Amino acid sequence: MLTTEAATFEDEFTLQGERTASDPPWLRDLRTRGWERFTQLGLPTTREEEWRFTNVAPLASRPFTLAASDQLDTADIEGLIEQASLDGGFHRLVYVNGRYSQQWSRIDELPHGVILQSLAESTRERQGFVQARLGRLAAAQHSAFTSLNEAFVDDGAFVFVPDDVRIDRPIQLIFLSASGPPVMCHPRNLVYLGNNSRATIVESYLGVPGSYSLTNAVSEIEMADSAELDHYKLQHEQPRALHVAKTQVQQQSLSRFRSHYFSFGSELSRNELNCVLDGQQIECILNGLYMPDGNQHMDCRTRIDHAKPNCNSFELYKGVLDDQAKGVFNGKIHVHPDAQKTDAKQSNQALLLSDDAVIDTKPELEIYADDVRCTHGATVGELDEQALYYLRSRGIPSELARTMLIFAFANDVVQGVEVPAVRQHLESLLLADRGLPNV
Amino acid sequence: MSTDNALLKEYSQREYEHGFVTAIETDSIPPGLNEDVVRLISEKKGEPDWLLQWRLKAYRHWLTLEEPSWQNVTYPPVNYQDAVYYSAPKQQAQLESLDQVDPAILETYEKLGIPLEEQKALAGVAVDAVFDSVSVATTFKETLEKHGVIFCSFSDAVQNHPELVKKYLGSVVPYSDNFFATLNSAVFSDGSFCYIPAGVRCPLELSTYFRINAQNTGQFERTLIIAEAGSYVSYLEGCTAPKRDENQLHAAVVELVAMEDAQIKYSTVQNWYPGDAEGRGGIYNFVTKRGACRGNNSKISWTQVETGSAITWKYPSVILQGDDSVGEFYSVALTANRQQADTGTKMVHLGKNTKSTIISKGISAGRGQNSYRGLVKIQKGATNARNFSQCDSLLIGDRCGAHTFPYIEVRNTTSKVEHEASTSKVGEDQIYYCRQRGLPTEDAVNMIVNGFCKEVYKELPLEFAVEARKLLSVSLEGSVG
Repeated sequence: MLTTEAATFEDEFTLQGERTASDPPWLRDLRTRGWERFTQLGLPTTREEEWRFTNVAPLASRPFTLAASDQLDTADIEGLIEQASLDGGFHRLVYVNGRYSQQWSRIDELPHGVILQSLAESTRERQGFVQARLGRLAAAQHSAFTSLNEAFVDDGAFVFVPDDVRIDRPIQLIFLSASGPPVMCHPRNLVYLGNNSRATIVESYLGVPGSYSLTNAVSEIEMADSAELDHYKLQHEQPRALHVAKTQVQQQSLSRFRSHYFSFGSELSRNELNCVLDGQQIECILNGLYMPDGNQHMDCRTRIDHAKPNCNSFELYKGVLDDQAKGVFNGKIHVHPDAQKTDAKQSNQALLLSDDAVIDTKPELEIYADDVRCTHGATVGELDEQALYYLRSRGIPSELARTMLIFAFANDVVQGVEVPAVRQHLESLLLADRGLPNV
Repeated sequence: MSTDNALLKEYSQREYEHGFVTAIETDSIPPGLNEDVVRLISEKKGEPDWLLQWRLKAYRHWLTLEEPSWQNVTYPPVNYQDAVYYSAPKQQAQLESLDQVDPAILETYEKLGIPLEEQKALAGVAVDAVFDSVSVATTFKETLEKHGVIFCSFSDAVQNHPELVKKYLGSVVPYSDNFFATLNSAVFSDGSFCYIPAGVRCPLELSTYFRINAQNTGQFERTLIIAEAGSYVSYLEGCTAPKRDENQLHAAVVELVAMEDAQIKYSTVQNWYPGDAEGRGGIYNFVTKRGACRGNNSKISWTQVETGSAITWKYPSVILQGDDSVGEFYSVALTANRQQADTGTKMVHLGKNTKSTIISKGISAGRGQNSYRGLVKIQKGATNARNFSQCDSLLIGDRCGAHTFPYIEVRNTTSKVEHEASTSKVGEDQIYYCRQRGLPTEDAVNMIVNGFCKEVYKELPLEFAVEARKLLSVSLEGSVG
């Protein structure tokens, strides 16, 4: 590891240590462990198989600092939050530079027993529960960024849904980066869904225009028997942002997890989504859409571990790449020795709109059981000439025809979105982006 | 299913059919590897200085390399100082007819079902039989010579056609390519050399039988095939090896060069000793195979049936340099007992309108682990490149594994790349259907497996297709689950 990289984060780590001296010892120990692990691992290089296609070091070794949230222009923030809030009816937790901001958050009446608060609060109020879970699913041993997150673990969202409770209104977590100098934040979210409970969580990441930031988020999601979770992630970071995230999901029997990932912003983004299907009759659906253009680099990684028999997983990721953009997809399905009757489908399709766009895709199947049905498919191509011709022969100008086809391609993923406000937001975004009138 | 399980057990305890050792004297050098060994090999073969220098360059580079560990196979570390790097049958006088060949060797061939006496009578097959490291007999030379085709052992080529060897050796797989190819470059013993002049359609299917014999002798074969403009050649490579308890390392290198409008069809049936039911013994087969479609409209096609070896680790690749060139890869890989295979291909598209097809069929039984690992790379200049990949895996038994690791790297919009993979087990309903019609379970499975592999078999030359089908049936005997 280069000394400059260590120095970048080391000063901040020391400062944080001074500031949080009053935190409980277990939390300080956790941070120290994370830091030690990070210094051992160092920032990943392209020589590592996991990071073969994504060179993160030049960006991550910029001099990022932890920002205080009080030195901000409130008018800017208000506007952005209004824009990011998709629906007035959502419960809303707002984080500015990784720190919970009561001022902008709005939590309405919640069903009995549901806890929705910032992680900082929960580490004070629910120490036992949080201590037992923090870092349990998202193990930091092998990941430099997860260890870095652990070293700076401080705030994020805490969602607890007790047994048999269903939250109808979606919970939106808005993470906002705002800065003069480069800032970093390391949000950590802890989600627990009890037996037969249900929730919808929308994570939005965005930044104040012109901000220069590193977001390194880790979410740990634990789902008990028959729990149901719809998870949305909308990544709209600023063009100079570096976004690294890991979502680790642990599912028990009969639970249903549906993930929808939409990646639009940031200079470089890397999203890891790992699901462990640790029970029977589980359903796991992963949908994703990444649309880089300009010089953007988007890396989407998913891993599904079929640890027990009789589970289904279904995955569809689509990419639309323009200009000099680079896309990376790596999806792994790992079927463990006893996970018989597994049904896993994975598909990744990429559309290249420019000659300079680049896509690297690596769908992997690792299967150690015999009575399974696993398939994966990957396609890369340009717009279908015949479809274009068909539209043009019906009087549609070629530019509009192209736009329609791109929209149709991307809309496949958007159609899977069940929350109307989110779907509308995405549709209008896709359309506006391509200069089409709203539908 | 209980009878099936019994069959499974029976299969997993099956012994290797071709397990026998021919007792003939061999001229081996002591185990170990150092510069002197490299020099000794070169000297024994009377090689020119440039080749020795090339070997030494490779050896020195090899010392700087680390053995790769990314492949999805496990095996105890290989001690490279334990292996014998040169072994030639002692009786090495110039042979004019088959009568002069050591009878023990001839007997070995007979056990393998390739009696040399009958080779000449066998329709259209010229055999350059490699016994351990030195070629001892070559047939059909005259017919080939008439067409100007050079088909000889690598050592002969070095002596008789040094300019061709010098020009093409290492031009596709450079000495510094990878750990095993570099090792091969340093210590390669012998192999086949094949040169098809411009415009010639090779009248015979060229074929080499490799066989590892002397205990502890690593085989480092080197094959070089050059097809000049407008020529065509079909090359067959088949192997069996005697039963051994110690692991034997095999690190071959195959280089193919296809010029404009040339076609090379390279078929392999590999049935080396896979080790016993507990995974003891067996060959480590770490091979580097690569072809370069140098000219426009050239075509290279790899077909392989891999049923042997404890560990198979190979990626026959094609570099599609010429415009409109075509690369193909058809593979059947079977792993049973504790066999492991990490195999696949690389298709690198550089030229315009280049096409590649990958059909890979993996069959895992017992505790076998079978991985497909492939790379499809479309470079910026490869306008209108096309690729289609399909890898299917069939699982027999609940302790085996099938894995796919495809890499797709696209740098050009006008290209189309498709990849499909599926994994399933032999359908119970299919077996039921066959049994209902009076077929024993084993035959039913054979039928299903053969059907599964049909797409690949049809690419094999006829003689090989028959052998491959038989081989698979033999390998699968009793493995029904």
